[in-house]
Amino acid sequence: MRGIALQPVKTAFSCHDRFKIETLSIQVEGLSKTYGQQKAVDQISFRAVPGKVLGFLGPNGAGKSTTMRMLTGYLQPTSGSANLGGFDTQRQSLEMRRILGYLPENTPLYTDMYVREFLSFVADTYQLERSAIKVKEVIARVGLGDEQHKKISMLSKGYKQRVGLAQAIIHDPSILILDEPTTGLDPNQLTDIRELIRNLGKDKTVILSTHIMQEVEALCDQVVIINKGKIVADASLTELKSKHQTDSLEEIFRGLTR
Amino acid sequence: MYAVFKRELFSLLNSLMAYITIGVFLLVSGLLLWFFPDTSILEYGYAELNGFFSLAPFLFMFLVPAITMRSFAEERREGTYVLLASRPLTDWQIILAKYFACLVLVLFALLPTLIYYYSIVQLGLPQGNIDGGAVTGSYIGLLLLGGAFASTGIFASSVTKNQVIAFAVAVFLSFIAYSGFDALAKIFALGTLEDVFLWLSVNEHFQSMSRGVLDTRDLVYFLSFILLFLGATKLAIGGRKW
Repeated sequence: MRGIALQPVKTAFSCHDRFKIETLSIQVEGLSKTYGQQKAVDQISFRAVPGKVLGFLGPNGAGKSTTMRMLTGYLQPTSGSANLGGFDTQRQSLEMRRILGYLPENTPLYTDMYVREFLSFVADTYQLERSAIKVKEVIARVGLGDEQHKKISMLSKGYKQRVGLAQAIIHDPSILILDEPTTGLDPNQLTDIRELIRNLGKDKTVILSTHIMQEVEALCDQVVIINKGKIVADASLTELKSKHQTDSLEEIFRGLTR
Repeated sequence: MYAVFKRELFSLLNSLMAYITIGVFLLVSGLLLWFFPDTSILEYGYAELNGFFSLAPFLFMFLVPAITMRSFAEERREGTYVLLASRPLTDWQIILAKYFACLVLVLFALLPTLIYYYSIVQLGLPQGNIDGGAVTGSYIGLLLLGGAFASTGIFASSVTKNQVIAFAVAVFLSFIAYSGFDALAKIFALGTLEDVFLWLSVNEHFQSMSRGVLDTRDLVYFLSFILLFLGATKLAIGGRKW
């Protein structure tokens, strides 16, 4: 078998890469969520692969957060299925949650805890080894060094957002789902957080939802746009622009979701 | 699960609520047992703690729901439950962690009352003239009763976002379980229903333990009571419409 490895690789991906893409991607098949008569999410299917950031766009109420909640196993889909890194979100929920980092909408946090205390708690829920070091590392990574001894309720919106990101990446997940990670940040913080997400996206599968089109331009490789629960576009950024013959993502967005 | 238990316990100990409710519990029971003449052990003249053990369930009816009311209701209001639900934790681990954190606080409320026991031991004539078996049985019974009330409290907290509603529902459920079934048994006296309602009554099983006899039937009753309400909690948070 060793001889095979010596052969020049002719395919686009090496065996290792293909294995990685199979196991660490997100695959969504016909996912639906119905509340009474209303279809919040209607038969959506898409795929996200490692090393690329997928921008999940849509107007308010289009079903973005509902979809993300179903992907994380928090909500049960009415029909369809989702597979994260080889684990079915419903049947293998616990295994799936080990490799998943999730930043929920509006960044809920235990505001009565201290930053460091909260992150240690999160590390403990994954039963991480050397959790004290991991906490220290993640604090440095998201730039919380000066705030680490403060109570979370005392932090400004931007720093709370960083705590939210820290709790999502502390266990080095291979899949990241970020629900509006940059709302309410000032321009400096925006640049920092975007830089962080871009770095995370290099070796992880990242899905992020946002309303800011510049952010999509700056961060995302692939774009999925949903409107009223249905997918109206699923393409790479460049494909999308050439197809609609315009450079303005905002125009494309408005054209598709009006 | 230990991580969640630790967090819950610390967060309870960080809130003023816990100290106030435990303080009020100790204050009221202390006043009634030692100062108010109508109920005072000193006036009563017998070296026993029965006064305390018949009073404590009624105080627990308010103390325990005050401790449990925030456990799920606050998470629902603040939207923080998703922080737990997206971790590799089962629903049961989350429920049990919260339940045991509340139970530890009930234990904290109960521990200082051992001073009452010590005082009676000292005051008895001759010294130490107290039925230790009955007291031990009563304390175990009280702890199980606290555990039963805590399970109704956790359940009440899991069905609403509002802590006040969670408190009120828990007080009501505890009251029905403690006194309601007793009353029903009296209404249907001398029938088979009387036995059924007596068996359902928390008070009946608590009284039976207070006599100092640890009967497995009482233990089974309390454990099934607790499991029933924790199971209902699992159903309430498993549906997750929020």
